Amino acid sequence: MKKIQILGTGCPKCKKLAQHAETAANELGIEYELEKVTDINKIMKFGVMFTPALAINGEVKVAGKVASPEDIKSMLS
Amino acid sequence: MNAKTEWKKLVLIIAVFIACFYMPAESARFNSAVSESLALVRDYARQHVLLCLIPAFFIAGAIAVFISQASVMKYLGPNANKVLAYSVASVSGSILAVCSCTVLPLFAGIYRMGAGLGPATAFLYSGPAINVLAIILTARILGLQMGIARAVGAIVFSLIIGLLMHLIYRHRQKEKTEAQMTMPETQLVRPLWKNTLYFAAMVGILIFANWARSGDVRAVFLCCPGGLSTYNVEGSIVQKSDDGLIILDTSGNEHRISTDLLIKTQQVKKNNLYERIHRFRWIIVMFLFAGFILMLSNWFTRSEIADWAESTWGFAKQILPLLFVGVLIAGFLLGRPGREALIPARWVNAAVGGNSVRANLFASIAGAFMYFATLTEVPILHGLMGAGMGKGPALALLLAGPALSLPNMLVIRSVIGTQKTAVYVSLVVVMATISGVIFGAFF
Repeated sequence: MKKIQILGTGCPKCKKLAQHAETAANELGIEYELEKVTDINKIMKFGVMFTPALAINGEVKVAGKVASPEDIKSMLS
Repeated sequence: MNAKTEWKKLVLIIAVFIACFYMPAESARFNSAVSESLALVRDYARQHVLLCLIPAFFIAGAIAVFISQASVMKYLGPNANKVLAYSVASVSGSILAVCSCTVLPLFAGIYRMGAGLGPATAFLYSGPAINVLAIILTARILGLQMGIARAVGAIVFSLIIGLLMHLIYRHRQKEKTEAQMTMPETQLVRPLWKNTLYFAAMVGILIFANWARSGDVRAVFLCCPGGLSTYNVEGSIVQKSDDGLIILDTSGNEHRISTDLLIKTQQVKKNNLYERIHRFRWIIVMFLFAGFILMLSNWFTRSEIADWAESTWGFAKQILPLLFVGVLIAGFLLGRPGREALIPARWVNAAVGGNSVRANLFASIAGAFMYFATLTEVPILHGLMGAGMGKGPALALLLAGPALSLPNMLVIRSVIGTQKTAVYVSLVVVMATISGVIFGAFF
């Protein structure tokens, strides 16, 4: 079970990143939980200032860009 | 069905229904507002899209891809040199985000994890006002003077506001988050001079393609009957009759000025250099373009060019619809300059005409609370200025408007608390008012 968190205040890029993450996780067929973190203070707790960002199990993997599903797959596996 | 979200849609549908039900489709004012709105969209499409907006999107796209945001943030970290932090914060908006949804996390980050309240507020204030698209569009549509005043005003005032916030709260304990700043990795692929040349070529194309001719006459006229604001336009007279005159201004727009509004016309000396550059502008643009293509093919990899195209396309997709709706609304409410639509020009005049302190203050406060979607402040101001808004209040609105809105005040409040937010908002309003008064007095 992996916890995927999308950090972003709700701009179009964050939604795209969330989609990519979902695609990646589904293609790998792993069990996961996707959470969107939109509260700016919670985002700061991750140390992220460049949104959108993606964290897996609480660890920030990418910040400031929309990672492709392929990239996210390699982060997940 | 989710009752929590669905009721909003219901309210929306009912509102639209009531609006349609009572639509004054036969009223002359309503119809002229509709046709003004369409005419304004056409004018924008003809005058501003091809030569100005499209190159501007390419520049913004290039900035997003080729300038590393992290390298800027380095100067705003916790141990940053203070002087450097303030200067970087006040200008970095020009190379960073376009929409406030990316400015706010950066602001919160600088405040919590980086250089602190002062630089963070400086950044927050200048960011939305001096991003490259906003400056280009302001200069193109509202005039070069306004574009420069907006950029310079935003930089100077962000420094002052940042420093004041720092001074007011210098004794407060810092609420720092323990978290470390996470930076996207930086990779320097090209030497700086190559990047500089690349950007210079693009900016050059934008500037020369839009090079205005030099005028031989300047007309000073009143905005509208009984109005308080005067404008001047420089160009050449196309037609002169008893009703008034038609002037072709230096950027190719026609202005009809009726005799009763005309205050004076004066001859101005043609600037030969301007005229010559204007004549050869396409040749210059072609040379720059050729150089630009050479740079692209020699210095950039295929995937970089693809990234650039993608981010340019992203900006276009994000901004064009907003701008389209913004122009429609501006035209519907305010009409093209010199014509009336839904809102009578005398209302605009009463509220923000001339350059009184009251007009400037009103413009600042209205701007501070109103929400402008990215860049839509420009067509709206264009409409307001055409309907009699003075240049001072226009600048005041430009300085207070995009930096603040009710929704973003709420987010700022959640980061720095109610009191600091109130101080920040009042500082912005006061500063914008003062700069409006000064600008209006001189220009």
